[in-house]
Amino acid sequence: MSHFSTNGTHNTPSTHSDHRIARFAALAIALSAAEAAIPTPLPGVKPGLANIVVLLVLLRYGWAEAMWVSLLRVLVGSLIVGQFLAPGFWLSLSGALCSLAILWPAQKLPSRWFGPVSLSILSSFAHMGGQLLLARAWLIPHDGVWLLAPIFGAFALLFGFANGLAVARLLQTQTADQSDTALN
Amino acid sequence: MLPGDWFLLIAGALTVITLVPLILMGGPAEKAVVKRDGVVLAELPLDAARQIRVEGALANEGATVIETRPGAARVASDPGPRQYCVQQGWLTRSGAIAICAPSHISLQLIGHGEAAVDTLAY
Repeated sequence: MSHFSTNGTHNTPSTHSDHRIARFAALAIALSAAEAAIPTPLPGVKPGLANIVVLLVLLRYGWAEAMWVSLLRVLVGSLIVGQFLAPGFWLSLSGALCSLAILWPAQKLPSRWFGPVSLSILSSFAHMGGQLLLARAWLIPHDGVWLLAPIFGAFALLFGFANGLAVARLLQTQTADQSDTALN
Repeated sequence: MLPGDWFLLIAGALTVITLVPLILMGGPAEKAVVKRDGVVLAELPLDAARQIRVEGALANEGATVIETRPGAARVASDPGPRQYCVQQGWLTRSGAIAICAPSHISLQLIGHGEAAVDTLAY
């Protein structure tokens, strides 16, 4: 749908959804950059605060927009911390893809029973699983990697739970203020 | 917190708990490799109890005895002065190694499909 505007520059019309994706991706990128500064006891153990944004977008605007936010976060986040195409980038990408793959069916779970906390826990386990699988297949081709699985799993559960509560809380306050109009 | 959230929280916790045994075993070991000065003297499958004697650099003071049992191996005795390799006891994890430096003998456990990785570090 691109066209040439009168001044001759190539111009692609952007939609509301593009603007929203850009705004939420920026937020997610800021969170993941801030998080990169926090020292962690084990490489790979991170709160994954950017996933709060991804889940919010998923629940309010759907899977496709959440996918954009998540992948833009991985791409730009890695550029900011200087990890683009380094192992950390691929691990992050693999985690994000697995998480998105899980969220696709998970969003169809009956919302009477499964709330944001469910999605967040599933997503964080998928994230961890994706990273471990890639690490085992490529970075450290040794079964010793599985030794880390229980530790990563425990953190995935903890942070997935905490982020899920944050998402639930944010959704509540947002519906309360009707901030839909304010944000858009 | 909806009922499904609790369900997934508990299921997640159970998953983590079932993963915990992974910490305790570094992949099953399949065979023990005995080397002197880096040259392989013997490869012992870890399927039964057996003992072998190998001669190390201190052979005039006695042989080094390597013992296996299903899933584990140890240096049962060695003429070395400090006995570090003997005191390590039974090795069970793939990649574990006992080195009798004075005898120039090493005993290492190998798992299946072992890649050329000696240690993992960050």
